[in-house]
Amino acid sequence: MTNIPETGRTPRVQIRLVVIQILVLSLLGTLGGRLWYLQIREGAEYAKEASGNHVQQVVEPAVRGSILDARGVPLADNETRLVVSASRTDLLKQKDDGKAVLTKLAGVLGMDPKEVMLKVRLCDAETPQPCWNGSPYQPIPITDEATPKQALQIRERSEDFPGITAEPEAVRRYASPGKSNTAQVLGYLSPVTDEEIQQAKDTDSPYLRSDQVGRSGLERQYDKQLRGKAGVTRYEVDNLGRVIGQAEADPAQPGANLVTSIDARVQRVAEYELNQAMKKAREQFDKITGTNYKADSGAVVVMEARTGRIVAMASAPTYDPNVWVGGISAKDYAKLTGKDSDYPLLNRAIQGQAAPGSTFKVVSTAAAVEAGYDFDGRYPCTSSYSVGGQVFNNFEGESFGPIPLGRALEVSCDTVFYGLAHNEWKKDGGINPKKGQPKDFFFKAAHQFGLGRETGVDLPNEVTGRVPDRQWKEDYWKANKDAWCRTGKKDGDYVEKIAYENCLEGNKMRAGDEINYSIGQGDTLVTPIQEAVIYGALANGGTMHAPTVGKAVISADGKHITEIKPKVTGRLPISQATLKGMDEALAGVVTRGTAAWKFQGWPQDQIELHAKTGTAEVYGKQTTSWLATYSKDYTVIMTIAQAGTGSGASGEAVRNIYSAMYGVQPDGSIDTRKALLPTPQKGLPKVRPDGTVASPKISKDPAKDLLEMQKAAEDGATASPDGTQPGATTPTPTAGNRDTRRRPRRRGSRRTPR
Amino acid sequence: MTGVNSFSVSGYGPERAGWTRLFARDSLTRRLDWPILLASLALSLMGSLLVYSATRNRTELNQGDPYFFLLRHLMNLGIGVALMIGTLCLGHRALRNIVPVLYGLSVLLALVVLTPLGATINGQRNWLVIGGFSIQPAEFLKVTIILGMAMMLAARVDAGDKLYPDHRTVAQSLGLAAVPCLILLLMPDLGSMLAMVAIVLGVLLASGASNRWVFGLLVAGAVGCLAIWQLHILDEYQLNRFAAFANPDLDPAGVGYNTNQARIAIGSGGLMGAGLFHGSQTTGQFVPEQQTDFVFTVAGEELGFVGAGLIIFLLGVVLWRACRIARDSTELYGTIVAAGIVAWFAFQSFENIGMTLGIMPVTGLPLPFVSYGGSSMFAVWMAVGLLQSIRVQRPMSA
Repeated sequence: MTNIPETGRTPRVQIRLVVIQILVLSLLGTLGGRLWYLQIREGAEYAKEASGNHVQQVVEPAVRGSILDARGVPLADNETRLVVSASRTDLLKQKDDGKAVLTKLAGVLGMDPKEVMLKVRLCDAETPQPCWNGSPYQPIPITDEATPKQALQIRERSEDFPGITAEPEAVRRYASPGKSNTAQVLGYLSPVTDEEIQQAKDTDSPYLRSDQVGRSGLERQYDKQLRGKAGVTRYEVDNLGRVIGQAEADPAQPGANLVTSIDARVQRVAEYELNQAMKKAREQFDKITGTNYKADSGAVVVMEARTGRIVAMASAPTYDPNVWVGGISAKDYAKLTGKDSDYPLLNRAIQGQAAPGSTFKVVSTAAAVEAGYDFDGRYPCTSSYSVGGQVFNNFEGESFGPIPLGRALEVSCDTVFYGLAHNEWKKDGGINPKKGQPKDFFFKAAHQFGLGRETGVDLPNEVTGRVPDRQWKEDYWKANKDAWCRTGKKDGDYVEKIAYENCLEGNKMRAGDEINYSIGQGDTLVTPIQEAVIYGALANGGTMHAPTVGKAVISADGKHITEIKPKVTGRLPISQATLKGMDEALAGVVTRGTAAWKFQGWPQDQIELHAKTGTAEVYGKQTTSWLATYSKDYTVIMTIAQAGTGSGASGEAVRNIYSAMYGVQPDGSIDTRKALLPTPQKGLPKVRPDGTVASPKISKDPAKDLLEMQKAAEDGATASPDGTQPGATTPTPTAGNRDTRRRPRRRGSRRTPR
Repeated sequence: MTGVNSFSVSGYGPERAGWTRLFARDSLTRRLDWPILLASLALSLMGSLLVYSATRNRTELNQGDPYFFLLRHLMNLGIGVALMIGTLCLGHRALRNIVPVLYGLSVLLALVVLTPLGATINGQRNWLVIGGFSIQPAEFLKVTIILGMAMMLAARVDAGDKLYPDHRTVAQSLGLAAVPCLILLLMPDLGSMLAMVAIVLGVLLASGASNRWVFGLLVAGAVGCLAIWQLHILDEYQLNRFAAFANPDLDPAGVGYNTNQARIAIGSGGLMGAGLFHGSQTTGQFVPEQQTDFVFTVAGEELGFVGAGLIIFLLGVVLWRACRIARDSTELYGTIVAAGIVAWFAFQSFENIGMTLGIMPVTGLPLPFVSYGGSSMFAVWMAVGLLQSIRVQRPMSA
């Protein structure tokens, strides 16, 4: 059958056909190779990508846990509000980027259109608040105070408001029970940023786009516990987001409740009294500066002495924590953080630091005993003490003759401590210490008392204060000597002279430095919380605690209770005998010492109070007042900047706080029924399985109750032994402004580093 | 089958009765190229499953009937097979006589597309909608251009006048091809246009035309591409769309998205695939145009390397046999037609699968036999018919 000749193909065509065949095969081979590469070699990678592709998460935010006071009264909880939000992605789709819609919305809400626009812009490095620092894909809340009518208006005309939603949402509420404010302790929330989401991505508590994060205070410290776990439902979806696959659901776990040791009533009283004390101080005339006291800031800490639990903590000036809820406005933000603000966001109880003044003398006393001086020995309390031609005066030139250390504490005799410190300075080798370590008892004691480091309170951003020891002087000199040497003049004005001296020997411990230091003046800085730890330890026999605000974390259904145990951080370097002596001396401060004029009529035999007053000098400003006190159960520390003396500025306020807690009437009797907290709160409040909390009723304003009680007593025709005027019966008459130190020509006032 | 049988009667040897004739040594059934036929059928049937998988959930396309595309695909296949049989019965030699008519008709159809009668789908004006059926004339152009060029180029050679087509004939045949190419450019249907170029190259090679023509054409193409690129004839976004297969970021919402999703679908298939109807990318409709241009991704995801590899293998079988047919044809006409079909199938398969694998730019070309689409299905089965015709009409050499 092959007799028909093959005419169709010449060799050229034949070769070309083979070439085509080879080409075709190699093309198919290429496809096979590429297929192998994608499916076998890289298959796992693509499989992962595919699963990320088709799974959508629907997030149901967890309800944030409440912050409760020691008895269960909510300090921070949640309420349902009508939140109007704008979707940025929807707005940007509109021709004018949603400007018209936002303007219309502002009209409905009765807001300024400009403010609404500012609220929906995104935060970046250069954009000031208000701006949105959450995810750009998340609805941005415009207001959470929409009325039902406004919400209806928006919803019914949804075609007029593309991208705008009005939904009820659980938002944080700072309840202010009994008018207590607690702002800085509670802190505030703001939306999570992209960076935080990235950072927390692989941790065990990743953030969700919709999360609010605690930014300060307890909200930040206990953020993880309070936040709970958002419910995530995973749907398999198609490319249009339609659900096609089975849902896999993780139900939301509401955040746990934080029980604090704060007592809302005491908190209110403390806040009120701090505010009153500052107001009163502003009415007082300061002889040194020739104006009234400015009393521009202050703090008060009420702490359980035996556990370190904070019962109340207030900082002035303060603010309303509810301004943060639903996004803060430009005006409010400027008021809180602007240059002209008085920085109300600072919690001055843990972030304010000042020289401790005479409240520091408990440290110096302990140091002296440690160095070998007998507590009951006799030390000269002269009217002045001179070192190398420089004269250090006792307050108003008083002299008490040779007195024991306890008495020196009681009357706050400076010269006793000058002498001791100078002695030790000389023993350590003077300006050029001996080879080997100088003993530095006075500085060592300060460190042992926990100064110069954080107390470990469960609040963020605590500051350390400062102990101006040799190491610090060296570091500080290195950092500043260039400036000092440039501006210092041998016979210039005060500042120039100081700079000149510092340039020459600022790295050395001079006699004057140590002498100043021994009475808490100079470069020493402490925080109110550090003082609370020290005086709390004096009250409880020497144990220092890391102060705690949180007392327990209770799950939302009340089933799981994690107690936050008091944490012991150390012991005071004082023997029990010395402690007893100091305890007695500090009680003496109340009965016959520097604070006596404010505590007349106090039932000292039933509720023994101990106190130490302090007045610290600040270069260029009025003196800082300190009043550190303790009873058997509590320690109360109050400090007010630019307010004069400790007893003068805070005596009454601190006394009122004790009165409220113990129920002490103006006449000195004790009415236990009116006592707010005669003994520290023991048990924990009960959280019911449905999440509600059994909390007692709280008076509208405990501070007013106290005021009324006092007024009633006055009207009751009994004599008014209120400690505003020194009575004739003061056991040991001492000058009222015991601790005010006139400005001597001293070195070592606080320098302002350049 | 009576028609086919009647055709075989023309043959050799004594008359036999009934079915035995069907399997006689020289009968048509024995002379058919079964590998091509079976591979094509297998590809088409696989295609119907893949099309079904891709469309059963696409309610916006299938008008609520999950079997809509499956049935249409099978119907197209039926028509395609019928067209193949028709072509086979008619024979490529007989077709030779009516090539001018077919050519003119297909060019006319393509021209109508450019008039308001044409429909624009996916940005390309290459559809003709007639009574509920949409036709892509470009597919038929591929067949007629092969036939037309083959007729011109082979005429003198098959007549024994010449060993190779002369320059004049080559130039004329190129002119014949240039007209539909120009129409395709106007549509614009870049994919079909490139397929056409591949076909022309294959045809020229097989015709034995001078090397100068082949290289000249290649150089002209390269210069043209360079000119388009350098003279900014295309806008940057058009170039980006073209280059997005390599770097999806160039056109993230358009071609880049397609490429990316296609690659994810295929890559996630692994060795065995997710199982038919179980691919999440496919079920979730993440790959656009998945029943037509991106049908290979369904195979990649749901059938894995094994299934997708099988498709490539089957295409390989078709192409391999088609090459054999080209080489075995006793006349240049058959050789050229077969080679043109090889070039067409090879280019379109490589381009289509290559774009889903991210190694070729994305153009709207269907995968022969597998993709949903009537015109393409009809055209490729007609081509199969031509191949079979060339095969059965050559003298039995073995």
